[in-house]
Amino acid sequence: MMNGKAGIEVLGPKPGIRDSSGQLALFMIAPAILYIAALIGFSFVMAILYSLSDVTTGDPTLRIVGFENFAAIMDNSVFRLALKNTFFFAFTSQILVILLSRIVATALMKEFHGKWLARFLIMLPWTAPISLGTIGWLWMYDSIFSPFDWILRYLGLLGSPGALLGPMQNLYWLGVPGLAMASVIMVHVWRLLPLATVIQLAGLSSIPKDLLEAAEVDGASPWRRTREITIPLTLPIISIAFLFGLVFTFTDMTVVYVMTRGGPVHTTQVLSTWTFFKGIEGGDLAQGAAISLFLFPVLAGIAILMLRMVRKSEVV
Amino acid sequence: MARVEIRGISKTFGEVRAVDQVDLDTIEGEFLVLLGPSGCGKTTLLRMIAGIEEPTAGDILIDEKVVTNLPPRLRNIAMVFQSYALYPHMTVYRNIAFPLRTRGVGKATIQEKVEWAAGMFGIGHLLDRKPRELSGGERQRVALARAMVREPSVFLLDEPLSNLDAILRASAREELRQFQKRVGVTTIYVTHDQVEAMGLGDRIVVMSKGKIQQVGTPLEIYHWPADTFVATFVGSPPMNLLGEDDILTGFRPETFLPVDLVNGGDGAITYPFEVTWTEYLGAERLVYGNVGEKSHAMHVVSRLPGSMSLPFETGRTYTFGVSRDNLRFFDRRSGLRTDRSPKR
Repeated sequence: MMNGKAGIEVLGPKPGIRDSSGQLALFMIAPAILYIAALIGFSFVMAILYSLSDVTTGDPTLRIVGFENFAAIMDNSVFRLALKNTFFFAFTSQILVILLSRIVATALMKEFHGKWLARFLIMLPWTAPISLGTIGWLWMYDSIFSPFDWILRYLGLLGSPGALLGPMQNLYWLGVPGLAMASVIMVHVWRLLPLATVIQLAGLSSIPKDLLEAAEVDGASPWRRTREITIPLTLPIISIAFLFGLVFTFTDMTVVYVMTRGGPVHTTQVLSTWTFFKGIEGGDLAQGAAISLFLFPVLAGIAILMLRMVRKSEVV
Repeated sequence: MARVEIRGISKTFGEVRAVDQVDLDTIEGEFLVLLGPSGCGKTTLLRMIAGIEEPTAGDILIDEKVVTNLPPRLRNIAMVFQSYALYPHMTVYRNIAFPLRTRGVGKATIQEKVEWAAGMFGIGHLLDRKPRELSGGERQRVALARAMVREPSVFLLDEPLSNLDAILRASAREELRQFQKRVGVTTIYVTHDQVEAMGLGDRIVVMSKGKIQQVGTPLEIYHWPADTFVATFVGSPPMNLLGEDDILTGFRPETFLPVDLVNGGDGAITYPFEVTWTEYLGAERLVYGNVGEKSHAMHVVSRLPGSMSLPFETGRTYTFGVSRDNLRFFDRRSGLRTDRSPKR
């Protein structure tokens, strides 16, 4: 066999797809592209179409009405409250998740007896189906039998005249506006903590031990080491954990739906649950789609911003 | 300047005795090298002096004060790590300033001292760069400047030259040595490289399996090794050891010469030397071969100057000799050097 151009004899088998990195790359990435196109792209296009139409579950014919749906949802005070709640819910829970996961991860970096058990318990929320876990929490927040109330009563903080939290026997966790939001946030934090902890652990263990020892020899107190070495060096990975958690919280409805259905009086209503109530339970597919798409520019914006931050803070 | 005293220090990791009952005293202002094969405990010993490893037993004293349980920042020591451990997110300036900032030194003083330290190592023009923008040699200088800027009383170095290429390493060795003499800070330097140890150390501590084998000047270590470990670990090729009865006879390859070249003619011991292989290395020539009867021939090496053009044929036997004052004797069982010579 001769190569015409250079006149060099090529020995052995002919080069195939495995030898062309371009073709091979295309071949390997094709399943992912197909998957995204079929399952995400299709529903995304459908959602855009729906949001610009007047489709309902009762009348599935598509008639384009322009931006009417968006005007209508923004006119609704529940939507505006849900929007505010969504941001509060997402940012508060994620800030808590980042803080707590850093503490847990720092503890797990140390060697101690029973470390595997601690690790196992911390990972547990991630392994259980979230709706089941949330139902467990629903019982813990029960208006009459809540163990939290029981503990508070036992400590004398609740249920006696002059007690710090009032003379009633129960706090009614999910029935009081502020408490309901706090309860929902707490469950959501519990649920996202394992993942964030694993991410933070990866970040912490990627810091060379030498650096922390050098800082120690250089006279840095533990607090200064955390502030000046550990945090700046793990900032990219903290950003990733934060970004992921934020987007996840913006789009997930499980905890709120199972615990409060957005109540009392919409005080825990978030956009994801409101989409569901409006579009599926209320049957107004068009407005439901508009509500869910309302999040999209925000999420895309956050994603771009965070990815930029990550690139900027890359150090090594 | 300070004196470091180590009293009966041990460190065990689980079952492993990394450092085993070590006693050691430094002399003020000296350059002390801890030399040994990897895993001999030299780095662990250094880390215990620094305070980043806690000893299992024993005490460390700096300037007659027990510092065993003090954290590193209260010991006024500086350490250069093998990896240099520069803070990757800080500029060179902030790296060097770090030990001063942790001490709450004022801004103006910091600037003055950073510039002084950077000037000392010729890195004044790099202050705005990040470590990833520096070459290996520049990084090493930044690490040294960061260590020196606080004017420590003890200076600890953990194989700081091992990440440099061969040419750079030689010049860095010379600079390091001159710099240490200038500032006169007691320095403890860990290496597994005997050339570095011989070239840098005022004294060398040879360690093996967590214990100190010998402490001495490079000259003492090389010419009067305390035992067979030191005799064979220091020197390349190592000391030739010939077994006769319960006493081993040792001599350095460069003292094992064709018999007419041995100084002090009548005091020489001669051996029939069957050449098996020769290596020409430029400055020197290594001649490998066997001495003694065929049945229990012993392998020895001769090191001759490269300029010496005597031909040696593989397979032929020549008469080689060693001057008597170059012979060392070791007890076969304990390995320790002895004055007893074998009966012959």
